[in-house]
Amino acid sequence: MSVTQILFYVLAGVIAASTGLAVFQRQPVHAVVYLVVSFFATAVLFGLFGAPLPAILQIMVPAGAVMVLFLFIIMLLGREEPKPRDLATMRWIGPAALAAVAAVAGAVLLSLPVHEAVPMAMAKASAKELGRFVYQNYWPAVEAVSVLFFVALAGAMFLVRDFKARGAEKPGNEEAQP
Amino acid sequence: MTAPLEHVLALAVLLFAMGAFCALARRNLIMILLGVEIMLNACSIALVGASLKWQAMEGQAFTLFLMALTAAEASVGLALFVHARKRAGTLDSGGYSSMKG
Repeated sequence: MSVTQILFYVLAGVIAASTGLAVFQRQPVHAVVYLVVSFFATAVLFGLFGAPLPAILQIMVPAGAVMVLFLFIIMLLGREEPKPRDLATMRWIGPAALAAVAAVAGAVLLSLPVHEAVPMAMAKASAKELGRFVYQNYWPAVEAVSVLFFVALAGAMFLVRDFKARGAEKPGNEEAQP
Repeated sequence: MTAPLEHVLALAVLLFAMGAFCALARRNLIMILLGVEIMLNACSIALVGASLKWQAMEGQAFTLFLMALTAAEASVGLALFVHARKRAGTLDSGGYSSMKG
């Protein structure tokens, strides 16, 4: 077993452990911090898989931007008092059983001796090659993504707009309008 | 040499199951969105692994698009949570039982 092969299992362990810890945190802030660790390890895994551009972008976009956005929103909204839980165990059983069935089915499927599990050869797609490939073959998708970002920006700005400024349509809106 | 594709897919299945569990079982809206993020992350791991297996760059290219999709989805979702918290005063998914607008 070579060094890169051991590296994969170490990284997979880090990713699985940090994601599992994130799922079971009570406070969303702790979950976000564990997920940053998970995404960072995923970026290193991408580098191991010979994908430098997705590795760098994994650090920049999900681990950096999206998780910081989550932290901002958690800080903006503040924490809530946890409500008394009714039928908490029953609520957890269904999803836990479904997730366990999916995981077990995947494990069984992968353990079937269809053929020998051959280790993959190392390869590397440089950022320049990948960028050229994307812009040559998938330029409509790149344009669609830019439109998607514009729509997301407009939608987010619409959603966080101050609806109270429209007037006192809602009862209970006792703030004086200037 | 890296690990075989089967082990990469096993990692992706494990992550996807954990993300699905998080999205289905948690009650906080932010934790539900984090579960969706975990599932998308599992998808990108599977895509990059398959890209290495078959020596094709489509998987990596789609991973880039998946990241863009994740960022847009998270921004709109979190803005929706801010709006919902302003209207209903809670982030508990059990508190939203009507679609009165």
